[in-house]
Amino acid sequence: MRFSIYRYNSETDREPRMQDYVLEEIEPGMMLLNALIKLKAEDETLTFRRSCQEGICGSDGMNINGRNGLACITPLKDLDEPVTLRPLPGLPVIRDLVVDLSQFYRQYRAVKPWLTVHDPEPEVEFLQSPAQRDRLDGLYECILCACCSTSCPSFWWNPDKFLGPAALLQSYRFLADSRDQATDERLADLEGPYKLFRCHTIMNCVQVCPKGLNPTQAIGRIKKLMVKRSV
Amino acid sequence: MNTARRRFDALVIGAGGGGLRAAQQLAQAEAEVAVVSKVFPTRSHTVAAQGGMNAALGNVLPDNWHWHMYDTVKGSDYLGDQDAIEYMCRAAARLVIELEHAGVPFSRLDSGKIYQRAFGGQSQDFGGAQAARTCPAADRTGHAILHALYQQNLRAKTHFFDEYFALDLLTDDDGYVLGALVMDIATGEPVVIEAKTTLIATGGVGQIFRTNTNAMINTGDGMAMALRAGIPLQDMEFVQFHPTGIAGKGMLISEAVRGEGGYLVNKDGERFMERYAPNAKDLASRDVVSRAIAVEVREGRGCGPAGNHMLLKVDHLGADVIKKRLPGIRDIALTFMHVDPIETPIPVYPTAHYTMGGIPTNRYGQVVTPARTGPEEPVPGLYAVGECACVSVHGANRLGGNSLLDIVVFGRAAGNHMIDFLKDHRYHRPMPQEALERAQQRLASWENRSGDESVAALRLELTTVMEQNCGVFRTEEVLQEGVDKVMAIEERLLHAPLRDRSRVFNTARAEALEVENLVDVALATVCSALARRESRGAHSRVDYPKRDDVEWLKHSLYSKQGRRMDFKPVRMKPMTVDPFPPKERVY
Repeated sequence: MRFSIYRYNSETDREPRMQDYVLEEIEPGMMLLNALIKLKAEDETLTFRRSCQEGICGSDGMNINGRNGLACITPLKDLDEPVTLRPLPGLPVIRDLVVDLSQFYRQYRAVKPWLTVHDPEPEVEFLQSPAQRDRLDGLYECILCACCSTSCPSFWWNPDKFLGPAALLQSYRFLADSRDQATDERLADLEGPYKLFRCHTIMNCVQVCPKGLNPTQAIGRIKKLMVKRSV
Repeated sequence: MNTARRRFDALVIGAGGGGLRAAQQLAQAEAEVAVVSKVFPTRSHTVAAQGGMNAALGNVLPDNWHWHMYDTVKGSDYLGDQDAIEYMCRAAARLVIELEHAGVPFSRLDSGKIYQRAFGGQSQDFGGAQAARTCPAADRTGHAILHALYQQNLRAKTHFFDEYFALDLLTDDDGYVLGALVMDIATGEPVVIEAKTTLIATGGVGQIFRTNTNAMINTGDGMAMALRAGIPLQDMEFVQFHPTGIAGKGMLISEAVRGEGGYLVNKDGERFMERYAPNAKDLASRDVVSRAIAVEVREGRGCGPAGNHMLLKVDHLGADVIKKRLPGIRDIALTFMHVDPIETPIPVYPTAHYTMGGIPTNRYGQVVTPARTGPEEPVPGLYAVGECACVSVHGANRLGGNSLLDIVVFGRAAGNHMIDFLKDHRYHRPMPQEALERAQQRLASWENRSGDESVAALRLELTTVMEQNCGVFRTEEVLQEGVDKVMAIEERLLHAPLRDRSRVFNTARAEALEVENLVDVALATVCSALARRESRGAHSRVDYPKRDDVEWLKHSLYSKQGRRMDFKPVRMKPMTVDPFPPKERVY
């Protein structure tokens, strides 16, 4: 199987290049990450992040034949050749498929992604009905792989001002939580033309999310809460 | 060249649940705390824990921490330290509530309370009916807990060193641990982190086995650091093989599947666990179920064309239960096996999963080593928690749902003890130059290795040897061969050059350092397994098939220097209740 992989070492290379690789032995059911690990055994310099190999840690987000995804849960048999691998778009490249995610993590922190309760806490659990808990499904499962934000044109244009789909999904995860008491502060923090409202429902985020989450819907629901708050 | 230096009150190495829970405690007490992790914190392997966390809340069925303690002692095959087990089981309920308050989206009952499911080895009333003790967030409990703990640390302004690789502990002549030498992976620059107190929370070492449920980062870095610092590893022969890894691939299929009513069948469609564990059946302890599967396959009742696995049936539970309670498992089965458990059983086989052994600690998380006189004494300033540690609450076999509990209970306990330690040790001790040079030399040694060995090939060879020579069933002969082979690999690694010597984000260098760690810990594991001439919990010696409480009711200690084995007694005396004396273990 043929691969064309983005190579760049910020220490030694003036500009990036694409390098061709061939992998002879493809086992049935093999995932893209398995192929990368085999290629790395031959060429130690090939650089990418990886860890869990089952789509839960979010390390190996990359651009695969033009579309963001996780290498560890992308079957080779579904990919056209040459498999073209590039780093996640829109972020500075540190080396090969490794990008600098500082901006992405800053956006995550900016939404204060922690449960905030103002009342005194009871000695037992907060009660939450199954229906209330169901509202967190599709929100809490985010693995911070950055596939969504780095596929979003609004993020590419305003990475310093627009919070991006991943952070906004997290924001809504706490807005939707019946236990959280910071709704007003959270919504106030999202005021202005950029942080939230730069989302133009392009929906690339929904297309690429490897966990099947829907940030666009979450953003839409935040917008509704904003409207409700302002009237 | 001057190495950059940073100074903190406390250094936490590893950002899984144990490290983050301790860091949270320290940060909330206004200690300056640094967390060093070789991956971004939410990529730590706690994220992969599925089924839940045990606590006797009694939300579904009557329950009591004392029953939980009994099950844990029995599950450990009586090798667990009963004071630590009592401490953990008593603390469990409080810590689940605390996590709930921190935002963990636990599954719920109609009453609004936390849902609890059945898990293996859990009983009511000291060995009676099945208990419902495991608190889940669907089947993504580790993910939910890890993210909540990370969020709490962001809130508390913990200082994170993301993608820094910890190389070696730095110690002085009085035995104090003064921090660690670490490497910024992004730049390749070494950095000294000086700390008045240091916690190792680097997780387990499933990567010594070829097929395992673990993330690639689980290379026992902290355990190997301890070994190099002269600290022994305890009970390393006890490796948990999870009964239900995906056959041939290793992805974990949670015990929650059986907790929710799934069961195992052999090629004849027989529910064979009824023969091995008439009462608990599929919810017997993991060591029991794993051995049963291995025996079924060995005796020719395996499924599939090669007869090499069992089937885990869930289709009878119905689509609703599976989608609601086991969505992650369904995803994994669909992704990796192209089977939908709603319709088709999942092929499974025992897979290396969890390291019961580790860095010896007491129940405060203090690392303890054999003293010159007397049984043992703490290493001043050094703590360890979680899978890299051996406190020992899991003894010879861990119960499902007790590992998430272990990390938060002892993460918090260690954090608290470190806060006390800081009160008595207000200033950094001077850092001796020799300690630093030793650590720097090890890193530098990779720059001028030559030879024609390959790091990646040796890693594969090591994991294959461990699988063949230190698996579910063990004998003297096979283990001895394993020791010899691992030692040969250790020698050959000296002739494996680093072919990429660049500095920026050099993952080849990180992987080489990991293989060095894997070899140290693999040797500890196989040497300990060779030494223990009995069968207990997860350690099955075909040549010594019985548990031997007269000779072997004791912890083993392996030291790197001279590959020496020592032993120490099990702490049979709980904190307040009567001890549970060893009994025959049936499920």
